[in-house]
Amino acid sequence: MPADFISNLYVFILAGFVGFELIKRVSPLLHTPLMSLTNALDAIVVVAAIIIAGRQQNTLSTVLGSIAVAASFSNMVGGFFITDRMLRMFKSGKQKKS
Amino acid sequence: MTALPTEQLLHAAYLVATVLFILAIKWLSSPVSARRGVLAGEIAAALAVGATLFNPEVVAYKWIVVTLLIGAGIGIPLGMVHMTAVPQRTALSHAFGALSAALVGISEFYVGAPHVSRFSMGEIGLEVIIGSLTFTGSLIAAGKLQEILPQRPIVYRGQNFVSLSVLAAALLLAVALVVNPANTALFPIMVAVALVFGVLLVTPIGGADMPTVISLLNSYAGFSAALLGFVLNSKVLVVAGALDGSSGFILSVIMCKAMNRSFTNVMFGAFGQIQASGPAVKEERVVRSAVAEEAAGILAAASKVVIVPGYGMAVAQAQHKVRELYDALSKRGIDVVFAIHPVAGRMPGHMNVLLAEADIPYDKLKDMDDINGDFPQTDVALIIGANDVTNPAARTDKSSPIYGMPILDVDKARTVMVIKRGMSPGFAGIDNPLYYLDRTLMLFGDAKQFVGELVREIAGGASH
Repeated sequence: MPADFISNLYVFILAGFVGFELIKRVSPLLHTPLMSLTNALDAIVVVAAIIIAGRQQNTLSTVLGSIAVAASFSNMVGGFFITDRMLRMFKSGKQKKS
Repeated sequence: MTALPTEQLLHAAYLVATVLFILAIKWLSSPVSARRGVLAGEIAAALAVGATLFNPEVVAYKWIVVTLLIGAGIGIPLGMVHMTAVPQRTALSHAFGALSAALVGISEFYVGAPHVSRFSMGEIGLEVIIGSLTFTGSLIAAGKLQEILPQRPIVYRGQNFVSLSVLAAALLLAVALVVNPANTALFPIMVAVALVFGVLLVTPIGGADMPTVISLLNSYAGFSAALLGFVLNSKVLVVAGALDGSSGFILSVIMCKAMNRSFTNVMFGAFGQIQASGPAVKEERVVRSAVAEEAAGILAAASKVVIVPGYGMAVAQAQHKVRELYDALSKRGIDVVFAIHPVAGRMPGHMNVLLAEADIPYDKLKDMDDINGDFPQTDVALIIGANDVTNPAARTDKSSPIYGMPILDVDKARTVMVIKRGMSPGFAGIDNPLYYLDRTLMLFGDAKQFVGELVREIAGGASH
């Protein structure tokens, strides 16, 4: 097994545990924003798509990479945008009165 | 000081972004710090994207700039949708995320083909299968939620066998490719079969099961991104994918528990089956109904009211009228809270965002576990557009398809009021004995209109 795989596996398992512990603590109140935020974070795939679209290997790569850039960047922009919009709506009773 | 090589700076940017991702989720745990979490995520994303543009491998910028603009052009309107449309927007974003992960994987295969190592082939094959099935599955889910496709579960005999055979075919093709990665002709077939499987996976699932499905697709989209991180040896992708994947996974477990489904049941996509069973024996039973005036009188005399919203409230767009009702009752000194079942609506937390949008303070939104003990001291439980999550048959009737599902104990309140269009059973086709209780009053009508009438009556009564 390649060494890269092993080190990625360590990272994956540790990040999975961290994710589990953190997400468990997210209030059910915020489960919709949680989903849209993790979606926006997941859109980091755009980083890989940019490299594929930009390295001019062959036409197929450029086309596939470009579609991937548009798809993931729309998630990134839209995901952060809507998460913030939703969170601005969550006000406590005290905040409402002030 | 000598300038650091670009590669080191790239690694540093990705490392910082990874840490910020973890902080973003940590801060999201409470409404107080949640917006800071979004900011951390935005900084991380900007840093990672910005750094990547300076990657020496990137030599042509034309298409990158064009597609980034297209992406922003699609993303901004999708970020501005109405809160009732959030479930379909979310499903669509799972589709986009999975699409891009699959396309990058496909491109990675063709860049290396026919000299892809067996090990990489295994990683790419799995990644592309999960990405592709999540893409089509999420599109179907979005279509159902947008009601372009029928929301009813579409089932036929031998469905699970057909679906699982298609999945097995995709996996076998992947295995064949691992055995001989030079056999590149198999690759597009594998992708096509995986795309078909995504359609088969979600088509049988009904609208009421969407919270589980959306969570599951979320987790698949995350894991496909994490697998892509393995393929490309990118730690930032592995971490982001693992966070997204575990988030979706935890949410689907929560949804499963809230519907009393086993995890295997979800993994094999048999959600539609339970819904397909026939409705219970019909017998003529009496229901008590009331008009707005009577109902308003009872509400105005209460000291504690619990409102139970469901998908019907979203469909009727009644959340703003519900806020008016909340205001009118609160003004009279009545304690009003909202009881939110985990699977109310079409995605996890759907009711909470709708009510938050209508400006109801979040401290009035209570989870099932927090509120259930309060029902015996509740004067009126007012159900607006919820059905199965209040069905007492889940506690008592072993033959009921929803037996064992945790429900909101509304039948323990002194008076139960149910706003409903008519006596037709809910989406799942299951009769609700709650409606025939002596303490239950049926309020027939459109949710938005009826709540509006209640508000008028209560406000009118106050001015006397």
